[in-house]
Amino acid sequence: MATVERRPRLYEGTRIPSPIPTVLQAPEELRRGGDLLTVNFGPNHPSTHGVLRLVVDLEGERIAGIGAVVGYLHTGFEKTMEQKTWWKAITYPERIDYVSFQYNELVFVLAIEQLLGLEVPRKATWMRMALSELNRIHSHLVYIGTSALEIGAISMFWYCFRERDLVLDLFEMVTGVRMHTRYFQAGGLAEDIPMGFYADARRFCVRMPKAIDEYEAILDDNRIWRERTVGIGLLSREDAIALGQSGPILRASGVDWDLRRDQPYLAYDQVEFEVPVLHGGDVYDRYRVRMDEMRQSTGIVAQCIERLEEMQGEPWIADDRKVVLPPREELHTSMESLIHHFKIVTEGYLVPEGEIYVTVESPRGELGCYVVSDGGPKPWRVKFRAPSFVALEATATCMRDAAIADLVAIVGSLDGVMGEVDR
Amino acid sequence: MIGYDAVPGLVETREAFGETTLEVDPTRLLEACAHLREEGFNILSDVTPTDYLGWGERGVAGYIGTPAGRDLNAPGSQGYARRPHPKPKRFSISYHLLKLDRDPRRVRVQVWLDDGEPVESVVSIWPTADWHEREAWDMMGIPIEGHPNLARILMEDDWEGHPLRKDYPIGGEPVRFSGEE
Repeated sequence: MATVERRPRLYEGTRIPSPIPTVLQAPEELRRGGDLLTVNFGPNHPSTHGVLRLVVDLEGERIAGIGAVVGYLHTGFEKTMEQKTWWKAITYPERIDYVSFQYNELVFVLAIEQLLGLEVPRKATWMRMALSELNRIHSHLVYIGTSALEIGAISMFWYCFRERDLVLDLFEMVTGVRMHTRYFQAGGLAEDIPMGFYADARRFCVRMPKAIDEYEAILDDNRIWRERTVGIGLLSREDAIALGQSGPILRASGVDWDLRRDQPYLAYDQVEFEVPVLHGGDVYDRYRVRMDEMRQSTGIVAQCIERLEEMQGEPWIADDRKVVLPPREELHTSMESLIHHFKIVTEGYLVPEGEIYVTVESPRGELGCYVVSDGGPKPWRVKFRAPSFVALEATATCMRDAAIADLVAIVGSLDGVMGEVDR
Repeated sequence: MIGYDAVPGLVETREAFGETTLEVDPTRLLEACAHLREEGFNILSDVTPTDYLGWGERGVAGYIGTPAGRDLNAPGSQGYARRPHPKPKRFSISYHLLKLDRDPRRVRVQVWLDDGEPVESVVSIWPTADWHEREAWDMMGIPIEGHPNLARILMEDDWEGHPLRKDYPIGGEPVRFSGEE
């Protein structure tokens, strides 16, 4: 197998541009000399992952200056959510990051539950873990498929989307929809887990490691892939921390940090998994970290299914009629249930006054949700800490002295989802 | 447990929902942040401004309709069980810090501001604050003093108003690029 021997060492110290940390300014003498060519990369170029605009100053093929311009997909989710009752607002976060939708839903639901002090049944907790790990696999498959496609490995795209469809089939089976499932409710799950899900999920868990072997066979020692990714888009450990990076980008730069292990939520302290950490800080290592994470996620899903099968017949949502919709069949026989149903759907429930910042480890890193409640039926303020937003702050540092041809590879490795960046 | 008593400009420490909030004097924010950075809070997770205009003025539960009649989009009895505690000023801006090491810890640094009252930029301490502070300016109109590039980030450069303020109208914005132009 052909390998690329020369691997540049990761730089030490800092390369963050100054005075503006997110804009690399071309040297003034270059600008005056007239050797610079300013190119608008995007906002509508097909390989910018949505509508990202990069203003690039080129000196020949070398990037001398770069600044990212975002906001083209701003939809005002946070403002809209302030107008909706808590119950209705759960629908919105999923649209923010449309690739890892369940994490956004999860983090908002967790925030509501913590403000309410609501106890969630264990079946719901384990199912949330199973679904969100499936979502992580889905998200990483989209990343690997599209970023390999952009570098020219078209076949990867088809292989990844083959398995991605299997994940979506599982989502469809459980929730009735393939994306934007709105399956998590404050208090638990919207419906019980359907029959046949465990068997299908198990089959998927057997198949997925073999599929990952296939991807690795295509890419890991592929000479073109390695030439295009090894030593490209460097980000040192110190810079990654200073720029607030999280998730795979942070772990590829040698920081051993994963919220699932270090600040466990749901039941992550009861499953076994490893946190892959690499030290190259380049595009290749970011790819490798995500590949290893998919393996770990498959293992977590299998453990969740095992536990869930023991919980047959247990409740999937908390029994708190002030917050949770009553079972559908009760509406025909019970007056109280009808009243509760009507009250929750029209007015919503009241959430105690307070502010809270909840974080989960999304496929892109630390996804945070800051929620303020005034004790009324609608959120006073919702703010999402979008990991992609922070990841794109690192573009100027990663692309210092890169060639224009590597720009797409580097943007791809940061794995920004523009819906989340612009919210 | 780290003590936060040594944080410069500390006004109040609050514990709620398992989180620690340090309320800091806005004029000494930079000092306080530098101190916490020295204590090991190496990651700035998020900067979240909030507008509290009209806080506590929602109708109380049981009240039906408004003086203008009933609005079907806002059912009349939507309201509090009890009124929330008043806030000291109109805006709050919170900095969510993370101490990323073997003994992880989170803390929220909060300052209170009136409309137009500036707050110092923390870009010199955490470079990641760059875009977060631009967003705070763009969405809430909080002037950030000493920011190297305080431009709008999500809205267009010539946009008027700050959309996440509570007094920003919902609906009825002028339509851009209409047929009349």
